Amino acid sequence: MLYLGPPKHKQRRLPGDPAVTDWSKHFASLAEQAQHPALQQYYQAGIPGGDTRMAEVPLLAMDFETTGFEPGRDGIVSIGTVPMSLQRIHSSQAKHWLVKPKFALTGQSVVVHGITHSTIEAAPDITDILPELLQQMAGKVVVVHFRGIERPFLHATLLDRLSEGIEFPVIDTMELEARLHRARSPSLLDKLLGREPVSIRLADSRRRYGLPDYRPHDAVTDALACAELLQAQIADRFSPDTPLSELWR
Amino acid sequence: MQIEHIEILEFLKRHSPFKELPDDLLQQVASATDVCYFKAGSPILQFGQSLDALYVIRSGAVETFRRTGELYNRLSEGGLFAEQGLLRKRKVRFPATALEDTLLYLIPADYFDQLCEQSDFFADYVEISDEERRKNSPNRRADANELMTSKVSTLINRAPIMLDIDSSARDAAMAMHAAGVSSLLVIAEQRMVGILTDRDLRNRLVAPGLPFETPVRDIMTTELISISHHQFVFEAMLLMLRHNVHHLPVLQQGQPLGVIAISDIIRYESKNSLFVVSSIFRQQSVSELAALVPDVRACFVRMVNEDANSHMIGSAMAVIGRSFKQRLLELAEAELGPPPVPYCFLALGSMAREEQLIVTDQDNALILHDDFVPEQHDDYFRQLADFVCHGLAACSYTLCTGDIMATNPKWRQPLRVWQQYFRDWITAPSAERLLHSSIFFDLAGVWGQTEWAEQLNRSMAQLAPKHPLFLASMARNALQRTPPLGFFKDFVMENDGRQNNSLNIKRRGTAPVADLIRVHALAIGCSESNSFARLRAIIKAKLLPPGRGEDLRDALEVIAMARIRHQALALEAGEEPDNQLSPERLSDFERRNLKEAFQVLSNAQKYLKFRYQGNRS
Repeated sequence: MLYLGPPKHKQRRLPGDPAVTDWSKHFASLAEQAQHPALQQYYQAGIPGGDTRMAEVPLLAMDFETTGFEPGRDGIVSIGTVPMSLQRIHSSQAKHWLVKPKFALTGQSVVVHGITHSTIEAAPDITDILPELLQQMAGKVVVVHFRGIERPFLHATLLDRLSEGIEFPVIDTMELEARLHRARSPSLLDKLLGREPVSIRLADSRRRYGLPDYRPHDAVTDALACAELLQAQIADRFSPDTPLSELWR
Repeated sequence: MQIEHIEILEFLKRHSPFKELPDDLLQQVASATDVCYFKAGSPILQFGQSLDALYVIRSGAVETFRRTGELYNRLSEGGLFAEQGLLRKRKVRFPATALEDTLLYLIPADYFDQLCEQSDFFADYVEISDEERRKNSPNRRADANELMTSKVSTLINRAPIMLDIDSSARDAAMAMHAAGVSSLLVIAEQRMVGILTDRDLRNRLVAPGLPFETPVRDIMTTELISISHHQFVFEAMLLMLRHNVHHLPVLQQGQPLGVIAISDIIRYESKNSLFVVSSIFRQQSVSELAALVPDVRACFVRMVNEDANSHMIGSAMAVIGRSFKQRLLELAEAELGPPPVPYCFLALGSMAREEQLIVTDQDNALILHDDFVPEQHDDYFRQLADFVCHGLAACSYTLCTGDIMATNPKWRQPLRVWQQYFRDWITAPSAERLLHSSIFFDLAGVWGQTEWAEQLNRSMAQLAPKHPLFLASMARNALQRTPPLGFFKDFVMENDGRQNNSLNIKRRGTAPVADLIRVHALAIGCSESNSFARLRAIIKAKLLPPGRGEDLRDALEVIAMARIRHQALALEAGEEPDNQLSPERLSDFERRNLKEAFQVLSNAQKYLKFRYQGNRS
């Protein structure tokens, strides 16, 4: 039988996806270049190698609530993180920060997050909590649902405050869903028949794995929801032996 | 910094034993909870593995197993497992596997310990197999009702009025008048020898026209029915009912502490089985008796709502049932004339065991005097039996489908024939023959020569222990009906994993418990009929391994109460009560208790098999 090798997923890149092949090496050089001590420490902590088995990778599920979707124009208002591994989601060690964006909260985003102006007025600037946040992230691979938010927003915000950004790899549970359900672009026939593509939104993805409905738009709950989804995806379609490099971006 | 995990908190708030916890404590628990996902079919816990958390099912389903691989439990959303292991050196006792894709919340072991310490409810809920849990739940509920939990001594509000046996009736009347009481105790040589009541003065002095100087010794009641000070008010009530007396001397170490009158109890209760019984005796016809059925049912529901235990309810219903029979026999004798030879009317089965409920067959029989000559006398007794059995049927004690009734000539026989029946059953046993006769081993005299019933009880208690083959046959029959494993979602779980929609709680619960207790009781020659009384004797005889008797007692209570509550709920909903229990009507708490109780029953059946069948297959 003709062996064609492992199935190649269409590896669609997002604008802003780093073109890094060896993250460990890249972290070492970033540690040299970084100016801010918290960033230096973060890079010095290193990152698991791409060949590490998923079972052994320390992970950090992360979710941001923001004032909008434009990293350069909108700001972060809330950050939730939940440390995890394939064995357990340490929700007991979850962290939650409210931070004050430079940009005004729009009425629309208030409705989404239920975070009000007065709460935000009293919140610290992200630079005040940065050491704590980076300490949470140190040595762990970040897990998000849709990588177009957390990484670009954190990068843009730090670039604005410290004049240096941040780079790190992420595992994107939405992209893992897309690999399964969007392996090909919708055909003309699909479009003609009005076939709806399978939803890869967090709540819809979770339902496919029998995960309960959580109310969205609380940063910690969303991070937890994303953590649970990753465990389910790996239990279902990958394995504890899957190398990290197959999943991260 | 503590994070408020809204989803975890909200979930725990919906499920026992967490929802019963105070809010602040629950928030701490939610904040300390970890999470884990398991795909269907994957192992969650292995035997002996060390444990650091209590597992709560957030979504999905899990099965736990015994070490032998036998299914132990199947749990769904809100179910928890690993608590037994946490309580025992934090090692897994029952391995667990995900039956469906499952999300678990993990509550750290230290928090588990803390919750056990801080919340009695939580501790009761999780403590394993929990004699504690099974015992506490009915007890705790029983606090609500004073009648059921009050000791007789609480009803005594004065020292007894006592009088010497040689005093005159007039002295007695004056003493009673002065003290404002309706009875006094009669003393001779510092011992209580009798009781004198208003009724005695009326019936034995005034009515026959005796002089006021008559000594009390001639008119007092000497057959003293008394009660010990630590017994319950409820028991005093039953004693009064049974012996038809209105005053009970209360004794403490043999010395009279006081007297309680029926009016003392009435002050506690104004509408109870007492009134139902007294109205039974006032009815003049079968149709009038049948009209009391709603009252009987109301009385049953009332007792359930007042958290009486199964023994109280079972004996109250048995007293009511017995009163129906007695009144029907009075009416029958009034219609048919006096009996040609003496007889004894027998109650069998649940009524004899004082474990009667609302949905019940009538099981009865007639013992006739040995002078009975069928050709001359049977016509009378056939009519008598007919009258009573159909009368009972009219009062919603349905006719026995197995035809174990006095209307069946086989069960309308002279004493010597009955003695021969028992000798045959016991000395030449076969499981098949005994299958339909086990009911005769729960027997009580209701009317007439009730001492014959005692005689039969005594002779079976003497014979049975000496006949291992009889015990083995009885044991084999007692194993024919087994309990289910437990519940899963809204289904009844069988031991092989099958699921049913409902459960006959009599056939699968109370009946097999009563059956197996009966075998042990016969083995030790115990002549009691009530299952709890039998169990006490069995425990005392050390027939069972330590603790098993007590477990069985608690299990019987849980199962019997589930059946009782099921019937009470149906009555309250205006439905016809039955024994068919639907899991969807059970609370989580009841399900867990029932499951534990079924487990105890199942183990007790294994022991019964081992004890009496041994090498004989």
